[in-house]
Amino acid sequence: MYAINKFINIRKDAIFENGTCVYQNEDEGFSAFMKKVYKERGLAYPKFYKMDDLCKLAFMAADLLLEGDNEKDIALLLSNREASLDTDLKHQQTIQDAAAYFPSPSVFVYTLPNITIGEISIRHGLKSESAFFIADRFPAERMQQYAEYLLNSQKAQKVLCGWVHFMNGEYRADFYLVDSRGLLTHTMEHINEITK
Amino acid sequence: MAVYIHDTHIISPLGFGTRENFEAVVSGKTGIAPVFMNDSIGSVYAARINDEVLDRYFQSIDAMFKGSRIEKLLIAALTPVMAKNGIKENTVLVLSTTKGNIKALENHDLHSAFITQLAQHINNYFGFKTEPLVVSNACVSGVMALSVAKRFIETGGFSDAYVVAVDELSPFVVSGFQSFQAMSSEPCRPYDAQRSGVNLGEAAVAAYVSAENRPDGVLMAGEAHINDANHISGPSRTGEGLLLSIEKAFKEAGITARDIDYISAHGTATLFNDEMEAVAFHRAGIQQVPVNSLKGYFGHTLGASGLLETVLAAESLKNNMLVASLGYESPGTTQPLNIIMKPEKRLLKMVLKTASGFGGSNSAMVLIKN
Repeated sequence: MYAINKFINIRKDAIFENGTCVYQNEDEGFSAFMKKVYKERGLAYPKFYKMDDLCKLAFMAADLLLEGDNEKDIALLLSNREASLDTDLKHQQTIQDAAAYFPSPSVFVYTLPNITIGEISIRHGLKSESAFFIADRFPAERMQQYAEYLLNSQKAQKVLCGWVHFMNGEYRADFYLVDSRGLLTHTMEHINEITK
Repeated sequence: MAVYIHDTHIISPLGFGTRENFEAVVSGKTGIAPVFMNDSIGSVYAARINDEVLDRYFQSIDAMFKGSRIEKLLIAALTPVMAKNGIKENTVLVLSTTKGNIKALENHDLHSAFITQLAQHINNYFGFKTEPLVVSNACVSGVMALSVAKRFIETGGFSDAYVVAVDELSPFVVSGFQSFQAMSSEPCRPYDAQRSGVNLGEAAVAAYVSAENRPDGVLMAGEAHINDANHISGPSRTGEGLLLSIEKAFKEAGITARDIDYISAHGTATLFNDEMEAVAFHRAGIQQVPVNSLKGYFGHTLGASGLLETVLAAESLKNNMLVASLGYESPGTTQPLNIIMKPEKRLLKMVLKTASGFGGSNSAMVLIKN
């Protein structure tokens, strides 16, 4: 039996660690909120500011979840419904009108949802298994099976599972770490509770 | 548990059918030609499926269907494979795509641009009794989708799977690759000294995957997908993620570098990708193994490429036939590779399929013929 070692939920203007609120902000929007958390945490990672919003969200959730964890064989399984559509729309705007055609590589590179995985891998030095799944809602049962497959087959020592949603200013991240022991048993009941 | 690839079907500019496509590449035919995209982009070398030919073919599948072109591509790829193998209570559809119906954004149809919409439509069309799995992991998606199917069958999560992969040639993607200056202004030349970048393409490919051991099944003996943790848009100079993927795939398959008869590599024909692969293959000790890239025939079909190339690698195994790496003339990587120059009959038992992509992703899969 595996365990959920830690979980992070990012909701509108608030961040929770294992269910306890650790950051709360006034209603200033996503960018200002993330900037504040970045500063309060004393992060020195200028690449953060180049990221699109989906990556910023995934980065911050993973940073809080993996803080102090020295394991490098952590698989990353992320999921959302809209893939990278928030940034896709921005790229489309740069090519929609022939008179104002100006596609940019710094936007285009974020038109793939798995760039979130790349950013987390770089930040934490994780040369590990990963996958990005698109689904209407968090595929709890499949995530549970896939995470346990990776652990049982020794393809990973720990597994980070996460839902990462960013679209038109609305956002939500539910990240949890599956480990050999920890806070909660790795059951559907607990996964559903964390990601509900 | 052993999991196999069985029946397959390919929809590409080179034909509709796995055998048609395999015969085309053996005979050296390419789908790459100048394609006019739109006024902003102009013409580029790319591999596009002709609309009239596709529509005519689709008439014989479902003349009444009114959906999008990308749905037609998926249905065309899946129909013959599904007709042979059917759907059980616990059969799953695994879709691989990077951009799905991204063309819908041109018409301000955000709803149709959701990949979940596309997956659900196809799932409903064929009457799957389970929710679809969708893998969107840049250019390794196709190989990863096969792995996801294999892994879920191994865990007992599903009994069997249809893996289907698709991406369309779109102004969205062409404009992006152009902004990266990653596009070649001539037919692409993977691993060649004169290579200057990618040609894009489009395809839809389907494969039936199960634990049933049939005489013509191809075993997915080992696979891994390890991130470079190095750069979001450039490959690692050391090929670390690809090397680790290869080593882990070998380990799971219980084989060594010497057992591999052929490598179906990624070979996008960008300077950095091909160089990275050469470095990784050397470090893995497989630099002597005959290797090709099929991008010279199909262009880079993104989320379809991994499955397209795996299916054709399986055909190479079954037919004991190595396919030439089209566009290659002279060595263009610092570490030499054994690039296949012309089609060659050779006894083949084991093949390594690799892929790499944006986000630092890498995939390796060992296929063994029954």
